[in-house]
Amino acid sequence: MLAKEVKTGMHFINGDEACCEGALAAGCRFFAGYPITPATEIAEAMSRRLPELGGIYIQMEDEIASMATILGASWGGVKSMTSTSGPGFSLMMENIGLGICTETPCVVCNVQRGGPSTGLPTLVGQGDMMQARWGSHGHYEIIALSPSSPQEMFDMTILAFNLSEQYRLPVMIMADEVVGHMTERVVVPREEEIEVIDRRKPTVPPEEYNLYHADADGVAPMANCGDGYRIHVTGLTHDERGYPAMDAKSHEKMVSRLVGKIRNNKDKIIRTKNSYLDDAEVVVVSYGISARSAMQAVRDARKEGIKAGLIKLETVWPFPENLIRSLAPQVKGFLMAEINGGQMVLELERCAGGACPVGLVSNFGGAIISPGLISNAISRIRRGTA
Amino acid sequence: MPDKRTVHVIITGFGGQGIVMAGEILGKAATLYDTKHATMAQNYGPEARGGACSSQIIISPEEILFPYIEEPEILVCMSQEAYTKNIKTLLTEGTLIWDTDLVHTRKTDMHFKTFHIPATRFAEKLGSKMMANIVMLGFLSAVEHLVHAEALKKAIADSVPAATKEKNIQAFTAGREYGNSIVKGLLKLEQAKHQD
Amino acid sequence: MTTQKAPKAIPPHPMDSLLRTERMPHIWCPGCGIGTVFSAVLAAIKNTGWDPDSIAMVSGIGCTGRMAGYIRLDSFHTTHGRALPFATGLKLAKPETKLIVVSGDGDLFAIGGNHFIHAARRNMDITVVCVNNFNYGMTGGQQAPSTPLGAKTTTSINGSPEEPFNFCHLASACGATYVARWTAMQVRSLRSSIGEALHKRGFSFVEVIAPCPSSFGRRNRMGSALEMLKFYHGRSVIRGDIDPKDATMDIDREIVVGKFVDIERPTFMDHYEKINRSQMPQWRSMHPDHQKGR
Repeated sequence: MLAKEVKTGMHFINGDEACCEGALAAGCRFFAGYPITPATEIAEAMSRRLPELGGIYIQMEDEIASMATILGASWGGVKSMTSTSGPGFSLMMENIGLGICTETPCVVCNVQRGGPSTGLPTLVGQGDMMQARWGSHGHYEIIALSPSSPQEMFDMTILAFNLSEQYRLPVMIMADEVVGHMTERVVVPREEEIEVIDRRKPTVPPEEYNLYHADADGVAPMANCGDGYRIHVTGLTHDERGYPAMDAKSHEKMVSRLVGKIRNNKDKIIRTKNSYLDDAEVVVVSYGISARSAMQAVRDARKEGIKAGLIKLETVWPFPENLIRSLAPQVKGFLMAEINGGQMVLELERCAGGACPVGLVSNFGGAIISPGLISNAISRIRRGTA
Repeated sequence: MPDKRTVHVIITGFGGQGIVMAGEILGKAATLYDTKHATMAQNYGPEARGGACSSQIIISPEEILFPYIEEPEILVCMSQEAYTKNIKTLLTEGTLIWDTDLVHTRKTDMHFKTFHIPATRFAEKLGSKMMANIVMLGFLSAVEHLVHAEALKKAIADSVPAATKEKNIQAFTAGREYGNSIVKGLLKLEQAKHQD
Repeated sequence: MTTQKAPKAIPPHPMDSLLRTERMPHIWCPGCGIGTVFSAVLAAIKNTGWDPDSIAMVSGIGCTGRMAGYIRLDSFHTTHGRALPFATGLKLAKPETKLIVVSGDGDLFAIGGNHFIHAARRNMDITVVCVNNFNYGMTGGQQAPSTPLGAKTTTSINGSPEEPFNFCHLASACGATYVARWTAMQVRSLRSSIGEALHKRGFSFVEVIAPCPSSFGRRNRMGSALEMLKFYHGRSVIRGDIDPKDATMDIDREIVVGKFVDIERPTFMDHYEKINRSQMPQWRSMHPDHQKGR
């Protein structure tokens, strides 16, 4: 009997396992990785599930190799992913850049723990948010998602694959230790109810095809290795044919498109879950596990008659700039809740543009933020004493 | 009648007792075979290996946001170390449950709602002390109505190796019947073992 | 590094069908040994008679890495040292594809050393051709893990204080199923070794000792490219079927060349399928097009 690719039904599983099931439901059949707490359960689940689906699980010598390997697999036409945590994420940065530059669809899940360095292997952190944005060298745009529950680990892993196939780039899932390890109900829909997007294929014969000739949305159809297009793929700055082009003009053209395909489509990419925003005086912005504490605090505030609202970032990158800009003149203040010394709050401040105060509730890692701390900060912002 | 409150449960003991599995079964019963929400968080770190072990489960009719348990309403102790370490977190009006043979309680802790069962001894009689966790779940289901007993049975059947399904259901029933008899006053509690 | 201007009328090259002629002239210096190796690779590929769409080349960074940009196959010019893991992913995703990795000594054995030993250990079905020119040529000639003790480079002006690797010995110790070494002068043997390596199931490795006249040769007063070629050739001793640990690689004494390893060993995929087949009677395609329902 063949194993089921989509385990339709209800499950009581942890976030890491849900990530694996989401990947498989999205059509992922290749995983290369290196074990690391607290992401190991994703690799373990993949090593159990992929062989029974005819897929490949390979444990690499390190995370540099893991990232390079999933890029190779993607050019072989197979949806691929890796998972890691901070120290491994650092090693992956080199080939994340190659993936961005060569426009290779794949997914990287970072189950964040406390850093810097080896830090807190078994305890929560959200300190890799700016690393996700800027960790590889050079200028580029990325897409990163942030799940808050095992159910979202499942849903967002599918979304990550769809976005990566649609926009041709590595998409990051910025999870965290608590979400990865917590066990909750996960509802897996029927296979036909799951939207799966596959990369656009060339419609022209090989002699007319250019690997990086983009359609109107800025994304080029992708020929895989062996499709007969004799592609050349390089991490050097390249022209539309994919051939190295070592001059400022070519570089401008290439990077403009890499950046443009995300920036120009950001309204289609950005996803937030907004709660109680209509009349909100204080708006809390948060993501991942911290967004759950933030929701608790906002509900508690509402019970006390305080008009608080919540923007839960589902895509952390790109940041919902327009939403923040439009709210800034109407509210008494924003508040960011995150487990780091203040990373996404910088983006919030930038977008608020001085139109209202912006506060931060945070710790450096190791523990989740208690709703009470956020409640107090909401009161302070409302009173104007932040 | 199952509980309408949000209940925070900590089940704690040592590695190899099936502590995490007990938590999982409780969570599964609540979410998959009953109509509740449940969140289980695990204790990681060096203390999660070999020695002390605990699983934290929140069960609620509503969506659960904060996933950690600071002060449980129910504390189930299956080892002396687990008891000593966790007793101070139990809410004043909370319920303390322990394995009669494995934990020597302090008389000063008897102000809690207290229940105990020789779960490991029961399990050994049924064939394997590995089932002490299941006996304890049966007992818990009788003294605290967190989820329907039928839901728990389904969750057990779903979680244990197929060959041991029947034995485990027997273990559950044994624990539950013992608990019911005690609650109804049909059976006198065994003498608890106190430290002082 | 100098580049030649393309002549006005270019006569057709016998390997044109495998070349991206629109990318000529290439960037390699006059006298560089890479051109010879590239020709040997192209000829060996042509001799296989395989469908060119079923062959792919992956390279790392450096002069040799640029081969991937000139060959008219699916070709991938990856990051420094990472050609092997990239090729590993490509090979496993498309097991029917023949994979050739070409790169230099620095790319494969310094920054990529860890990947090399593990790709050989796993016996990935990949052919690796390493052009060993004893230094990092692309960037002007810095010390590499192949630089002979005492040889001068821009980062060892008084002579390298380190002893170099013996790549063939390393490859063999790590489990390669085919290992050979030639100098760039021994073109026919080289071509035939690359051919054998391509046909070999498993991790096959061919090392080529090649002149880098612009950097290594100039800095070590080795004369012209031709003189360098002759020097390496003169030092070479053909010894087939020698234990790879005795295949001396010492430009001051002798360069043992020949085929050192030619064995059979199950590949990664052989083991993977065998071990996992019990879980799944029919091995399914991983590709989205072939999956049911999609």
